[in-house]
Amino acid sequence: METYMSIVIGVLFTIGTYLILSKTFLRIILGTSIIGHGVNLLMLTMGGLKKGGAPLLGFNESSLNDPLPQALLLTAIVINFATTALLLVLSYRAYKVLGTDDSEQLRDHVQQLKDSDDEQ
Amino acid sequence: MSNNLIILPIIIPIISGLVMIIIRNHTRLHRIISILATVLIGLSAVLLLEQIRESGVQILYLGGWEAPFGITLVADMLSALLVFVTAIVTFCCLWYAFSSIGAERERHYFYPLSLFLIAGVNGSFLTGDIFNMFVCFEVMLVASYVLISLGGTKIQLRESIKYVLINMVSSFLFLIAIAYLYGMLGTLNLAHLSVRVAEAGQGGLMTAVAFLLLIVFSLKAALFLFFWLPGSYSAPPAAIAAMFGALLTKVGIYAIIRVFSLVFYHQLGTTHLVIGILAAVSMVLGAMGSVAYWNIKSIITYNVVVGVGFILAGFASFSEAGMTGSIYYLIHDMIAKALLFLLGGTIINITGTGKLKEMSGLIRLQPHLGWMFFIASLSVSGIPPLSGFIGKVFITEGTFQSGYFWLGAIGLLTSLMVLYSVMKVFMSAFWGYTDVKEVTENKSIRGLLMPIGVLTAITIGLGLGAEVIHEYVDLAVAGLLDPNIYIDAVLQDSLIGWGR
Repeated sequence: METYMSIVIGVLFTIGTYLILSKTFLRIILGTSIIGHGVNLLMLTMGGLKKGGAPLLGFNESSLNDPLPQALLLTAIVINFATTALLLVLSYRAYKVLGTDDSEQLRDHVQQLKDSDDEQ
Repeated sequence: MSNNLIILPIIIPIISGLVMIIIRNHTRLHRIISILATVLIGLSAVLLLEQIRESGVQILYLGGWEAPFGITLVADMLSALLVFVTAIVTFCCLWYAFSSIGAERERHYFYPLSLFLIAGVNGSFLTGDIFNMFVCFEVMLVASYVLISLGGTKIQLRESIKYVLINMVSSFLFLIAIAYLYGMLGTLNLAHLSVRVAEAGQGGLMTAVAFLLLIVFSLKAALFLFFWLPGSYSAPPAAIAAMFGALLTKVGIYAIIRVFSLVFYHQLGTTHLVIGILAAVSMVLGAMGSVAYWNIKSIITYNVVVGVGFILAGFASFSEAGMTGSIYYLIHDMIAKALLFLLGGTIINITGTGKLKEMSGLIRLQPHLGWMFFIASLSVSGIPPLSGFIGKVFITEGTFQSGYFWLGAIGLLTSLMVLYSVMKVFMSAFWGYTDVKEVTENKSIRGLLMPIGVLTAITIGLGLGAEVIHEYVDLAVAGLLDPNIYIDAVLQDSLIGWGR
C-alpha cells in the first residue's frame, strides 16, 4: 500500500511543480494547492497507513492506529486552506490593480514603473 | 514543574489583537493597547530571564500532557533573551508607526496584525516541538503576508505575491521534513528527537533530512537563499520593514541554531561546514549588493543579509567563543537592523526619495538624525564601543579557534564593505549643501525621532554594558553547547523510568 501511495504522491508533486513553473497566477496557485495535497498524503504515509483500530479506550483492539499524523494533517490542511484563500484574494487584487495575471508581463510592467521612476 | 509564565508572550499579543479587532474604529485605543501589550510581553520576558538564571530551563506542558506526548513550551536562556529583545524592537517600531504609518493602514488592522506577527515570533522562540514550530511560523507568516500587502500599492502587490509563494513552498518543504522525521524517529518533540538521533546515530538519511530543514530555515533566515529578500523588504513602509528585518529573519536563524545545536550536532564536518559556507557566500553577496546600490532601501536590505551570514558564521564554528559571539551579535543585529530601517525610513520621509544621488546636506536640517545615523552605521559595522563590536570579536575568535580562518577573514573583510556602504549613505545624505532653507521641524518628525533615539541609546548601552548581559549570554551558550541541559529539563523523569 505504501508503494502505491508514494507513486500517487510523486504524481501530485510532479503536476504541482509543473503548474508552479507556469506563468499565470491561477495555475501557480492551483500548483501550490496540489503540492499541498501531496505533502498531506506524504505525512499520512510516513506515519504508517492503517494498521489497527481507533486508539480509543474500551475498544479492545489488538493493534491501534497512530492518531498523531492525522492530527498534524488536520492542522496542516487548515493552514494550507487559509494561505491558499489569502493568495487567491491577493492575486485577484493584483490582477485588478496591475492589469495582468501573467508573471512575465508583470516583470515588464515593473520595469516600466522603474524606468519612469528613474526619469523623474 | 510547569511554569505558566511561558505562555504569556504568546497569549498576550493574541488576546489584545482580538480585542482590537472588536473595537475596530478606535485607533487611539489600538495604539494604547498595542503599546501596553508589548510592555507586558517585555515584563514577562524579564521575569522569565530571572527565573531561568536562578533555576534553569523553564517548561510548560500544555494541557498537562507530559513531555514527548503533548506540546511542550520550553524557555531556555536563548529563547527568553530573544523574546525580550523582540518586545523592545516591537515597542520602538509601533511607536514609530504612530506618526508614520498613516490613518488608512491604522484603520485596516495594522496594530492587531503586528501583534499577531509577534505572537508567531514568540511562539517560534518558545516552542519545544518541531510541528508546533511550523504552526508558529505560519502564524507569523500569515500576519506578514497581510502586513506586506497592507495598503495595496502596485509595488507591494507584486512583491507580496512573490513573497507568499516562496514562503508557501518553503512551508511545504518544512512539512515534508517533519513527515520524514516522524517516519524515521517517531517523535516530534525536539528534546526527544535529540535523544533518539543520538541513540540511532546520525546516518546519511538523517543528515539528508537535516539538510532539508536547513534549506527551509535558510529560506526564512535569508541565509544564501535571500533572492526574495531585497524586493519584499523594500516594499512595505519603514515601520513594517523594520519589524520584518529585525524579527522575521532572526526566527529562521534561531531555528537553525536550535535544531543544529540540539538535534543534528553529530556530523559537524558536514552540516556545520555547509552552514559556514552558506554564511560566507551570503556575507560576500550581501556586502556586494550593499556596496553596489545607490538606494537607501536596497543598501539596508542587503545589510540584513550580511548580518545573517555573520551570525551563522559564529554558529558554524561551533566553539564556545563563536557561539557567544553569535548570541551577542544576534541581539545586536535585531536592535541595529530595526534602527537602520527606521532611520532609512525617516530620511526617505524627509527627502521624499530613496536615491542617494538626489539628497544632500540633511545634517543642517536634522542634526540629531544625522548623528544618530552616524552612530547606527558605526554600530552596524562593529566599531567599538558600540554593540556590534563584542560580537564581532568573539565570532572572529571562534572561527579562528575552529580552524575556519577563511570564514573569519571573509567576516572581517565584509564588515569593511558594510562600513563603506553605510558611510556612503551618511556622506551623500548628510554632507554637502542643500537647497531647502526652512527647517521642517514639525511634530511628526519629532515623533519619528524618539523611538530611533531609544534604539540608538540601546545600541550604545549594549556596547558599553556588555558585562551586564554577559551572565545571560554565558548561560545561553552553555545550553547550546550541552544539549543535555535542555533534554533533562524537558523530559525530566518521564522517560528515565522506562529507559529513554
